[in-house]
Amino acid sequence: MSKRGSDTGMSVGAGPDSGRRAFLGTGVGIAAATGVLAIAPGIGLIEIAQARPAGELASSKVRWGLLIDSRRCKSECQACAKACAKENAVEPGSGRPSQNSQWLRKIDLKDKVTGREVSLPMMCQHCAKPPCVDVCPTGASMQRADGIVLVDRHICIGCRYCIMACPYQARSFVHEPLHAQNPEVPRGQGCVEGCTLCVHRVDKGQQPACVQACQDSGGGAMLFGDLNDPTSDIALRIASVASSQVRADLRLNPAVRYQGI
Amino acid sequence: MATHIAYRELGNRSAFWTLFLLAGVFVAAGLVAHVVMEHHGHVITGMDNRIVWGLPHVFAVFLIVAASGALNVASTASVFGKTIYKPLAPLSGLVSLCLLAGGLAVLVLDLGRSDRMIVAATQYNFKSIFAWNIFLYTGFYAVVGVYLWMMLEKRFNKYSSAVGTAAFIWRLVLTTGTGSIFGFLIAREAYQSAIMAPMFIAYSLAYGTAIYLIVLMIACRIEARPLGDEVLRRLKNLTATFVAASLYFCAAHHLTNLYFTRNHAVEAFILVDGGSITQSFWLGQVLIGGVLPLAFLLAPGVTRCRILAACMAIVFGGLCQMYVTIIGGQAWPMDLFPGYSATSSFADGVIQQYSPGLWEILLAFSGLAIAALLMVVALRVLRILPERLDDAPQEVPLGDAPQEVPLGDASRDPAQHPR
Repeated sequence: MSKRGSDTGMSVGAGPDSGRRAFLGTGVGIAAATGVLAIAPGIGLIEIAQARPAGELASSKVRWGLLIDSRRCKSECQACAKACAKENAVEPGSGRPSQNSQWLRKIDLKDKVTGREVSLPMMCQHCAKPPCVDVCPTGASMQRADGIVLVDRHICIGCRYCIMACPYQARSFVHEPLHAQNPEVPRGQGCVEGCTLCVHRVDKGQQPACVQACQDSGGGAMLFGDLNDPTSDIALRIASVASSQVRADLRLNPAVRYQGI
Repeated sequence: MATHIAYRELGNRSAFWTLFLLAGVFVAAGLVAHVVMEHHGHVITGMDNRIVWGLPHVFAVFLIVAASGALNVASTASVFGKTIYKPLAPLSGLVSLCLLAGGLAVLVLDLGRSDRMIVAATQYNFKSIFAWNIFLYTGFYAVVGVYLWMMLEKRFNKYSSAVGTAAFIWRLVLTTGTGSIFGFLIAREAYQSAIMAPMFIAYSLAYGTAIYLIVLMIACRIEARPLGDEVLRRLKNLTATFVAASLYFCAAHHLTNLYFTRNHAVEAFILVDGGSITQSFWLGQVLIGGVLPLAFLLAPGVTRCRILAACMAIVFGGLCQMYVTIIGGQAWPMDLFPGYSATSSFADGVIQQYSPGLWEILLAFSGLAIAALLMVVALRVLRILPERLDDAPQEVPLGDAPQEVPLGDASRDPAQHPR
């Protein structure tokens, strides 16, 4: 398994959008310099992600991750799932619900012994050693240098072996023709897809849509950042509070950690 | 002995055209199903994001596994030096290649992007057992193709043993690869076991030999070519041994799972309360595909009809086994949070139901039809089937004297020997 430095399939390279990206980059730069743009109490954009210049490869010095506090996640709240679907234009299809793509879903858990109830969002866990990447025959399932696991839709043949291999049931198969798409998030009938950690936003220095929505809705249950940066908020939180990885027994080292389970 | 064998193409025109058209109709239906699925997407099938491999995979994997086993007769002749099987060896190679073609065709036609086969042929991730299987399947064609050539070309007969040994090893590796597709799935409780590979080899031996026997008996019947009791007696004993081995591996697999507390729930699902999965296991795989064939093949007074019925039961049981393995393994929910019950909009914690749609049923059955069509055409144009397969005791170094078995073919003339 090799990590790719490029951002195949999700690239934000030079092209017609470069002017817009330059504008966005300038905006982020100004905001960071002035220090006035805060996305949540105590978290400024500059602390989360520096916009990556177009054409620059993703760096293995960075490992993007999430910390999810299930104690602050309400069962009835679907803000993250709705934001994910809207951002990536993942709309319900014409078939059965189980045929719809779900990049992020809410799971309600109940302890079989104590009856304690927990709710949390589940999506691609962006494992350090992703089984989906291991099993993919063509290499369409791949991992960027910064740990984000993606599907290259140009070489996905739709064999679905990665869905079989994913321990988190985090991937979906596109069962029917697609119509309205977000140009920054290419999808395709007959291909497999899953959470990209909103790589198109992250590369612009923004947070994933789910994290933004969680904060906007007042939940504050999701924290995004660079796990490799010991001074980042997420690294500091993980170092100071008890958190766990789902199916840690598989030793896949997911980049998504949970509190309260 | 091989130098005395005369091979001849199928001569029964009406039987050829009947079989050709019958298989052709199913092949055409499968191709139509593929086009419709390609156009509308898999949304028109019974598959979804939980059961991502449906009935087409059941048939495809069955055919691929059976293809490996169909080479048994040739291997027994070339690798283990059993001369009685030598006249049967070319047919063994042919059946093997045709079954693999049928299985691979269905597998490819069920891809989400079957138009991207050039990608699958040019881009490889060598950590993927799927990618390795692409080489194992194409290599199998090459090795068995050369093997057939060595067997059918008199000048090269002397090399058939060496090439046959290579084919024997290759097919063991191939079925190891097929079993490992499931064995390497780390998070699926019904799979994730090293036993999947040898278990699939045992299955392949049973399914392949059974299909071979069906083809042999039907071909000899419609061509009125003699088929000796001794050949059949040995082949049916071989088949029974493989069926017993399959049951043994199946029992070992489930007993091991039953010993692990964490696997009790999935075992209960498959063995006790899994509905169609449980019925497919006990009635299909174990009873019809295992116990019944053993009784038919080993009980005294075996007849040709009983051998044929046993082989068909093995095929049916094999399809049931694949259904249990592939559908059952996916229907059981993955346990992401041990100790918790889970609910979600994506069927977490739920046993998923699967009802195949018309299009995937047609596509699945077309795999069998493709294999049959190729066999019929190949037997019609190639000299694969011997003119005579009656017993030739003076030329065969029998280790054990054949018992008198009332196999009951009135058309057979035991006084005549292979030329």
